[in-house]
Amino acid sequence: MIAYLGRRLIQSLLILLGVSLITFALLYLLPADPVRQIAGRSATPQTVENIRQQLGLDQPFIVQYWRYLMKLISGDLGRSYIQRSEVTELIVSRLPASLLLMVGAILCELLLGLSMGLIAAVRRGTATDQTLMVASFVGVSAPQFVVGLLLLYVFAVRLSWFPIGGYGTWRHLVLPSLTMGILGAGWYARMMRSSMIDVLRQDYVRTARAKGLARRAILFRHALPNAILPVIAMIGIDIGIFMGGIVVVESVFGWPGIGQLAWQAIQRVDIPIIMGVTLASAFAIVLGNLLADIIAPFIDPRIKLR
Amino acid sequence: MKKFLASTVAASALALMLGMTSVRAEDAVDPNAKQGGAITITYKDDVATLDPAIGYDWQNWSMIKSLFDGLMDYEPGTTNLKPDLAESYEITPDGKTFTFKLRHGVKFHNGREMTADDVKYSLDRVTNPKTQSPGAGFFGSIKGYDDVAAGKAESLSGVTVVDPYTVKFELTRPDATFLHVMAINFSHVVPKEEVEKYGADFGKHPVGTGAFKLTEWTLGQRIVFERNPDYWHKGLPHLDKITFEIGQEPIVALLRLQKGEIDVPGDGIPPAKFQEVMADPEQKARVVEGGQLHTGYVTMNTTMAPFDNVKVRQAVNMAINKARVIQIINGRAVPANQPLPPSMPGYNKEYKGYAYDVAKAKALLAEAGHPDGFDTQLFAMNTDPNPRIAQAIQQDLAAIGIKASIQSLAQANVIAAGGDKAGAPMIWSGGMAWIADFPDPSNFYGPILGCAGAVPGGWNWSWYCNKGLDAKAAEADSVVDPAKAGERAKMWSAIYDKVMEDAPWAPVFNEQRFTMKSARMGGADNLYVDPVHIPINYDNVYVKDVQ
Repeated sequence: MIAYLGRRLIQSLLILLGVSLITFALLYLLPADPVRQIAGRSATPQTVENIRQQLGLDQPFIVQYWRYLMKLISGDLGRSYIQRSEVTELIVSRLPASLLLMVGAILCELLLGLSMGLIAAVRRGTATDQTLMVASFVGVSAPQFVVGLLLLYVFAVRLSWFPIGGYGTWRHLVLPSLTMGILGAGWYARMMRSSMIDVLRQDYVRTARAKGLARRAILFRHALPNAILPVIAMIGIDIGIFMGGIVVVESVFGWPGIGQLAWQAIQRVDIPIIMGVTLASAFAIVLGNLLADIIAPFIDPRIKLR
Repeated sequence: MKKFLASTVAASALALMLGMTSVRAEDAVDPNAKQGGAITITYKDDVATLDPAIGYDWQNWSMIKSLFDGLMDYEPGTTNLKPDLAESYEITPDGKTFTFKLRHGVKFHNGREMTADDVKYSLDRVTNPKTQSPGAGFFGSIKGYDDVAAGKAESLSGVTVVDPYTVKFELTRPDATFLHVMAINFSHVVPKEEVEKYGADFGKHPVGTGAFKLTEWTLGQRIVFERNPDYWHKGLPHLDKITFEIGQEPIVALLRLQKGEIDVPGDGIPPAKFQEVMADPEQKARVVEGGQLHTGYVTMNTTMAPFDNVKVRQAVNMAINKARVIQIINGRAVPANQPLPPSMPGYNKEYKGYAYDVAKAKALLAEAGHPDGFDTQLFAMNTDPNPRIAQAIQQDLAAIGIKASIQSLAQANVIAAGGDKAGAPMIWSGGMAWIADFPDPSNFYGPILGCAGAVPGGWNWSWYCNKGLDAKAAEADSVVDPAKAGERAKMWSAIYDKVMEDAPWAPVFNEQRFTMKSARMGGADNLYVDPVHIPINYDNVYVKDVQ
């Protein structure tokens, strides 16, 4: 177990190093000049050169990357070119909002997805099953900005059940969580359905049925705990999908998380923020996967860590 | 510029001996204005910074103007200069020395009185390369600027503190735009002790002398301004509080405005909703329309064949159907025939430009040796509506045989291509177009049409460099006497007429501004389309539902 953990940790660090190198290289190759962006259109060539020197952007790529890496190790992500604030501070101030949204989204997708999948599996082959599967298909394929705006229009503007965007109370959380959750719910419904159908075919379920157990008891006590396992293991991997989703969903709902920060930084070619957010996301994904793998054997004893 | 004339006449004989003097009359405050109340303004993007030495986007530009003051300012809703933190100023007849008398008793938000030392400190700071100010270049005419910019000096030798309430500027050349330079945000006065206390984070903890002070900044969520009770300008501001809510999509902001939850959507009316809003009389009544100091244009790289031939450039000018391009943006603009926008001093009303004439354009192309046209590239920024506008221009060019392929790229990439001599044959300026820093005709020349801008990384994307015109521009800018402002404007008109003869640009349109506000907002319409304050003049607007 400890050897496995150690190996995985080293792997994770190498992945993060790779991500930082690739992102840094891509941003370096960008045909836009960040110094021009900072210096503004009235700057003299001398001002531009001064700023380039101060930021160390006149150095060769390898020197720039090395310096970034050294600072990174000490926890310093540098300062934003446009906002001039510390990138760490910007990310930390926005992280709670994104985490909250993620928790909301996971709740939504589990609640929606698992119940849809369960019902579909039990009612397999009926119109209910087909309707639910079509719905899950729509959920998986609908673009999030469309779903978001649709939900906003119906539930916030027309019905006034929820506020029109913003952040603060649980009511603000519902619509963005739902928007993010609908995508995952589609997947979960399909996975839950097939997993449940699989389990329902197993001998122990047949035995339970044969000894006359109530349908409800068979479903919830015997089948569900086994069917749910492979689905739960997916949550860790979901974090990666969420990282992509928050950029869109946070923009639509005015949710002050790191997705919005990333989107604004990309538009303004604010390289330190783009680097910071990319690394933070990569970290979250690596961590999510690692946790999912570590937890898996506890949920399903058939899995062994090697 | 009329104000100067009136002020000069009012000045004393002593002043005549010294040169030119202006003494300010107190601004009238709107007698109908009500005191108090709070408004909410929404924005999509986070505010980058509120440091006047650094902030340089249209969103923080007018927020900074409400937190800080400069020696000069503009009368609300106009482009007329007036003294602000200065009480009066004198200009020597050679136009090279400006002396400002400061207003007494002006206090920073921290309670300390503002003096001439602060003015000097603020200018030393903004020009110091360590500050990395995008506005440092505006102060190039001050004596000692080059040394500070090169890091050889810490202080501008041309700025002298005569006494606590008098500051003198010596320039290396007569500069007619200098009073405007003293009104731009980069010259706004900051207190040294606060800048030193917060360092690079001063932009998040701004302390100025302005009408409002910052009381809350929750990153990514909201910024709150509250009325400065000690503001030197009695009777201003009218509002007690302004809340800027950040992270709101323009379309969501519009929905909230319709529900009465917010007062001004800072990013304006989303293009997709524009026709719907204008078709509804109730909503349309709350839209204020005005001009802005903006021109959208197509640049042609005059150093690249075949655009090195003036006839080709003139043919392009004649080929573009501007009325049709304006239809693409729902009529939110007026056709342009010269670089200057109509509300800018120096705009030539008599000038007719190149009329849309396909046959004549073809004939010119044939004369230039391209009877069958040629292949080229048109660069454009990749956000709506710019690719659509580029396509319309592409079709117009195809009609005279020019086959332009569209390079639709991110803003920074287009800017980079424009600043590379061999980068872009043609660029549609939309989304990156020149919006004047201050309402003076010279501001549309130097960086974008003058030789100084035709350098790698510069903004003169047509690489047009006419030394004769540069000399004429310098001559016009040495006419410092405010009484000769009309004469100077004529000189500038002549310069732009000549530019159009050489046709490095095809001016396409001047965008109009449309600001939407809630029914409770009061104040003259021009405060909502203020040429200097975008979207609105925060200090002078008020709400009708208080008291």
